[in-house]
Amino acid sequence: MRLPTWIRQHLAAVRALLVLTVITGVAYPLAVWAVTFVPGLHSQAEGSMVTSGGRTVGSRIIGQAFTDKNGNPLKQYFQSRPSNAGTGYDPTATGASNLGPEDIVDTLPKNPANKAAEITAKTARDSLLTQVCSRSRAVGELEGVSGARPFCTPGGVGTVLSVIGPRDRAGHVARPTRVVSLNEQCGVVAKPFIATYGGVTVECAKYGEDYSKGAIVPIRGNAPARPKVPADAVTASGSGLDPHISPEYARLQAPRIAKTRGVPEEQVLQAIKDNEDGRVLGFLGAPRVNVLQLNIELDRKFPFHA
Amino acid sequence: MSATAAGILFTGSLVLALALAYRPLGDYMYRVFTGTKHSRVERGIYRLIGARPDTEQTWAVYARSVLAFSMVSVLFLYGFQRLQNHLMLSLGFKPVVTHQAWNTAISFVTNTNWQSYSGESTMGHLVQMAGLAVQNFVSAAVGIAVAIVLVRGFARKTTELLGNFWVDLVRCVLRILLPFAFVAAIVLVIGGAVQNFHDPHTIQTLAGAKQAITGGPVASQEAIKELGTNGGGFYNANSAHPFENPTVWTNWLEIFLLLVISFSLPRTFGRMVGNNKQGYAIVAVMATLAVVSVTLISFFQLAHHGTVPTAIGSAMEGVETRFGVPNSATFADATTLTSTGAVNSFHDSYTSLGGMMTMFNMMLGEVAPGGTGSGLYGMLILAVITVFVAGLMVGRTPEYLGKKISSREIKFASMYFLITPICVLVGTAFAMALPGERAAMLNRGPHGLSEVLYAFTSASNNNGSAFAGITVNTAWYDTALGLAMATGRFLPMIFVLGLAGSLARQGQTPASEGTLPTHRPQFIGMVAGVTVILVALTFLPALALGPLAEGIH
Repeated sequence: MRLPTWIRQHLAAVRALLVLTVITGVAYPLAVWAVTFVPGLHSQAEGSMVTSGGRTVGSRIIGQAFTDKNGNPLKQYFQSRPSNAGTGYDPTATGASNLGPEDIVDTLPKNPANKAAEITAKTARDSLLTQVCSRSRAVGELEGVSGARPFCTPGGVGTVLSVIGPRDRAGHVARPTRVVSLNEQCGVVAKPFIATYGGVTVECAKYGEDYSKGAIVPIRGNAPARPKVPADAVTASGSGLDPHISPEYARLQAPRIAKTRGVPEEQVLQAIKDNEDGRVLGFLGAPRVNVLQLNIELDRKFPFHA
Repeated sequence: MSATAAGILFTGSLVLALALAYRPLGDYMYRVFTGTKHSRVERGIYRLIGARPDTEQTWAVYARSVLAFSMVSVLFLYGFQRLQNHLMLSLGFKPVVTHQAWNTAISFVTNTNWQSYSGESTMGHLVQMAGLAVQNFVSAAVGIAVAIVLVRGFARKTTELLGNFWVDLVRCVLRILLPFAFVAAIVLVIGGAVQNFHDPHTIQTLAGAKQAITGGPVASQEAIKELGTNGGGFYNANSAHPFENPTVWTNWLEIFLLLVISFSLPRTFGRMVGNNKQGYAIVAVMATLAVVSVTLISFFQLAHHGTVPTAIGSAMEGVETRFGVPNSATFADATTLTSTGAVNSFHDSYTSLGGMMTMFNMMLGEVAPGGTGSGLYGMLILAVITVFVAGLMVGRTPEYLGKKISSREIKFASMYFLITPICVLVGTAFAMALPGERAAMLNRGPHGLSEVLYAFTSASNNNGSAFAGITVNTAWYDTALGLAMATGRFLPMIFVLGLAGSLARQGQTPASEGTLPTHRPQFIGMVAGVTVILVALTFLPALALGPLAEGIH
């Protein structure tokens, strides 16, 4: 029996797909897997797991959080970067914030005391700018340095005004009738970061009010362009599993570690140096410190007794 | 060494490595597609398929074979995802919901690898390796096969026959993709990429918390994901994930892999049309556009213009420490200049103008160097349009490689060119007109529009990367983007095959004094100009409302 051409073509397609599935979808990954049993490859293929004190404590290349149950930093450990993988460093929910460079206006919570729950319920949200500002403030406080950054209030939110009033032809508001500091919620801050703008008293922001008709104006402030708290300390990585921090951020944490563990700071700095990787071949990648490896070394050399 | 100098060396070393690979790989692919011998394994496969390898096909039969194979692939992959709970290595995941399974099936068959799902919480190991990764191989091979047919159209004369799809497909998989992917996968394992079949296993971290370490046949999938310009990550975080892209040098290798076939195919083209200079001209256009693009995106990212990047002091949001800003920008540029769409950093958080470059790269039609195969045929279409425009200017009959570009050819070329702008702009307009679909945006204002525009640009050009803040796992987006991917892949392919058919039917017109030389810098500049101008005119208004509005104050 001779089948019509279009049926024969589809039969050929089905058979081709099945054959190629066996070759590229089964034989190929199994062959690669088989090769990984060669000594020297197996540990990588299994996830580069590391041990400390006789137990497996994680993967050398997957970052983890060094915080207590409430998410507060454990002072005896170097801290990793902020993470957007689940509730932090969760390999079953990897990812980034995906917030853009002009994401600067917060969605205020109805009840500021209940902000965390409202953020989980997605009825409130900190803008990327406020996230950066509040992290910078927290890290500054923890390490005993200034957490000041451009476009940030001392309280750790973004300095963004809604300037309301008649617009000129270019869209600017020359004579505002009302100015609101959008990320400073009434009841949360005592007074806005600046008292007046364009001759008008700056108000705090109230939940549920719509200020979007105003011109949105971020205020640079006078913080240095290169703040004390480094960039990687205030930003989340792409994967949410970044195992590294910059050498600058590691050195910023050294005095606290030394104090908590009761060892001279030079020894902590030396430990950082021992775990620092420069650019491969001098030009690939960026200088970095593996946080888990460094903390394991600390526990081994300078055990911490709470 | 400063970060900028290291970044320049990083990109420079990639350019050098690609230049070194151009001749040997291009020549090797030439031999693969022009050789007459079948290996014993291949003969066995042809018997299993029921194909007659020495019978060549007309363009129409070839096109029907491509479409039949792709349709069967979509159905198979759809069924695979819907039934995954009944299969081994499912990790206990439920069947993928209907609209998402459709979207994913289309996405992987069209070489887009747009992902509205999160790998680690949706797909079992078997679906990943025997479903999705198989399409990584074959969708790349289909693209290359179609490009080879177009080249045969230029190279042959007065014939209807353009090759056998099954032979091109099998040879491309067996002789090109499989061996290179195998070696690359092993190298990735050396760097730290995982290759196992474990369920997530929970460990206690140093601080005493619980962490689930995921497993999977990742290295094997990662290698072909880059080599075949696919881009679908095993995990949600894609090539930012340390198990997919563990070290700074695997990052270099992954960029090299995703560029190397597309940059070497012009050599194959030059060999097949019997004039290597034509290959150099095409690769020169691709390289010029790519170098300008990578320079611009690196500049924008390092200048970190914008409110939040200024507050941070660097464009570090969504960027891994080990890669840093410059190497991430190079990856972002390469992945959007090709049809890869893998990401090692998150484009949504890029500076306004840096993010615009990723979109602009895709809007170029992904021709510099573009996807495996699709980049070459896209660029040849632009070369055809260029000789036509040049012919209009000087009043001569346009010719390219001894073939007359008459109204039939130019109709195929212009229809090819119009498909993606239509998909992108109509799709974006619809999404913005519907309140429920507008709500899918994560970011507000111009950046929200950029998310939608990016989604349709990425889908229609079969890229697969995203401004990933947008919530696209909805019935509407899964369906609409699925349609954009299918239309953006298969209609242009049919036009390319049709063009190949009408070129092959012609004889060879000998070059005369009036023929425009198509291997000189003048022509290279003209093709690059045509590419940029056509794009700028089509998409400038949309870009002005999105990233330009955001980035220029």
